[in-house]
Amino acid sequence: MGAKTALQGNRPFLFRMLASSLVRRRSRLLVALTGIAIGATVLLGLVTLCYDIPRQLSREFRSYGANLAFVPVGGALALDRGLLEKARAFLPQGELVGLTPFRYESVRSRMLPYTAVGTDFTEARKTSPFYRVEGAWPARPGEILVGGDVAERTGLGPGKTMPLDGRNSRRERYDQEFAVVGVVITGGVEDEFVFLSLSDMEAMTGEEGRVDLAEASLSAGKDELERIAGAIKAALPGVDARLVTQVTRSEETVLAKLTSLVYLVTAVVLTLTMICVATTMMTVVLERRREIGLKKALGADNRRVAREFLAEGLCLGIAGGLLGSALGLIFARVVSENVFGRALNPELFLIPLTVLVSALVTVVACLAPVRRAVDVEPALVLRGE
Amino acid sequence: MANIMEIQNVSKIYGPLKALQDVSLSVPPGQWLAIMGPSGSGKTTLMNIIGCLDTPSLGEVILDGVRLSSLKPGELTTIRREAIGLIFQQFHLVSYLTALENVMMAQFYHSLVDEGEAMEALERVGLSDRARHLPRQLSGGEQQRVCIARALINHPKLLLADEPTGNLDEINEKLVMDILHKLRGGGSTIVLVTHAPEVAAHADRVIVLEHGKLAEDRLNERGGDAGPLAAAGLAESEGEVGGAKMAS
Ligand SMILES: Nc1ncnc2c1ncn2[C@@H]1O[C@H](COP(=O)(O)OP(=O)(O)OP(=O)(O)O)[C@@H](O)[C@H]1O
Ligand SMILES: [Mg+2]
Repeated sequence: MGAKTALQGNRPFLFRMLASSLVRRRSRLLVALTGIAIGATVLLGLVTLCYDIPRQLSREFRSYGANLAFVPVGGALALDRGLLEKARAFLPQGELVGLTPFRYESVRSRMLPYTAVGTDFTEARKTSPFYRVEGAWPARPGEILVGGDVAERTGLGPGKTMPLDGRNSRRERYDQEFAVVGVVITGGVEDEFVFLSLSDMEAMTGEEGRVDLAEASLSAGKDELERIAGAIKAALPGVDARLVTQVTRSEETVLAKLTSLVYLVTAVVLTLTMICVATTMMTVVLERRREIGLKKALGADNRRVAREFLAEGLCLGIAGGLLGSALGLIFARVVSENVFGRALNPELFLIPLTVLVSALVTVVACLAPVRRAVDVEPALVLRGE
Repeated sequence: MANIMEIQNVSKIYGPLKALQDVSLSVPPGQWLAIMGPSGSGKTTLMNIIGCLDTPSLGEVILDGVRLSSLKPGELTTIRREAIGLIFQQFHLVSYLTALENVMMAQFYHSLVDEGEAMEALERVGLSDRARHLPRQLSGGEQQRVCIARALINHPKLLLADEPTGNLDEINEKLVMDILHKLRGGGSTIVLVTHAPEVAAHADRVIVLEHGKLAEDRLNERGGDAGPLAAAGLAESEGEVGGAKMAS
């Protein structure tokens, strides 16, 4: 009979022996299995998050964050509202998320100077999703937001009123009281501002049509943004359209930091897994010295002994990898929902990858124990009482 | 020559200790040899050398015409696999395999697994109803019979048993001895280590080791038909018949 036939005929028994060893000794292998499963859980969990969260964030950045700014140019001190409406015509409607005008006025309140910002709250919520408002966004005329620092200094907050006074460009005095409905916190200069609706500001100052700055958010790539900006500059001499790159840069920073963190944690976890598996398999080899000696006495050569141990390690690795993948998806979902506040969109190809890595790590961890196993001297272990 | 086993001036030296000293022995095919001697006299050492589990420090072993010293470790494994059946005092069954699977394991490492044949081997030692039990569910005697079935499954030319009845009670000892008698009747060569004179009495020939030296070598004189016939295995004519058979 050829060696090949023998091998094929014997394969079912090899699996039977393997299955018996794994099933009937399962309590012994539980530690290794748990170790591998935990490793795989962390691996898949983190890599999934690493994949999913930045992608979600960047989608969010791109669709909501302002990425095009309009500023006055050529000696003009301000944009005209009519000019802004003309610029709007250049923005593709399908890709426009929001277009927010800003007008800045120096005002005073109870003797102290402030910067008041007139804007469109509905649009601002779209182009500046990172504004955190405690209380409510203004919905009616006469309602305003105060910046976090202002609120802290003055004790103003929802339910309080704030008088504003000043002079317009014609040196006419104005004076009006507003209802504070919320406090806006961004961590930036906005925390120093007082926000009111553009129409309230126009009514208060008696001056209409002026806009100092406008921000647009478009779900378009860099190239298209540049094309749009170029078209606007060419057609409207009074407007400069600039790409806002700040958001993109911070997005990349977040991504890079998150990714390197994940790599680090994953490397540590995989190392721990390997140590755990190596230790367990070493114990297994010591426990089974007699069995190995017996197999050798029955005519098993070193290659077969090694092969059987590695096959066992491989099974453990695959089982642990599958178990860990399931747990990892749950882990990633929980983290995604609770920490990042969004539903997970898992990449399914990461599952076979995790199983593969688990199997590899386990097999590598088995190498040293297997070397120990093939060194067993049957004459010595079988002699033992 | 025609002897299945030829031991020539074998010594085994562990540092200052000479576990075997200049032992020479010829065993013709079909002989049942018992090795006796006090504890530490080198019986297991000799068995391990015959069984290709160990190599002598000095001297030469020739099994079935093959000079063992000329072989590489891998080839020794092959001889062990092809020609030798081993029975141990401590049974050495694999704990997570059933009786049947333990027997099949010997087939697995030898050549081809054949469940039916393994089952027949268990039947021959009277254990067909225990085939699916794990070793811990079997009595010592039953475990030893599984061990015998495993040793016999590949039809070895030489059966080596190191105190196979050492851990058994009288009833199980008798069961095992009956099986060995049947084997000897079938022409197998058996080497059996034992402390017990009544066990050694079953053999055709008894040697006694003392401090690693061959102290005694005698043929058992016995009534009945099997005894003289087997004892005659030492005679020239019988040996040649047996040798011819083994050589094929
Ligand atoms: N690997 C070894 N290293 C050193 N000494 C050894 C080794 N193996 C056996 N010995 C020694 O060799 C001597 C013979 O041992 P062996 O096991 O052959 O005796 P035995 O006749 O089988 O004894 P028992 O009846 O107790 O089984 C003993 O003194 C033993 O301590
Ligand atoms: Mg002994």
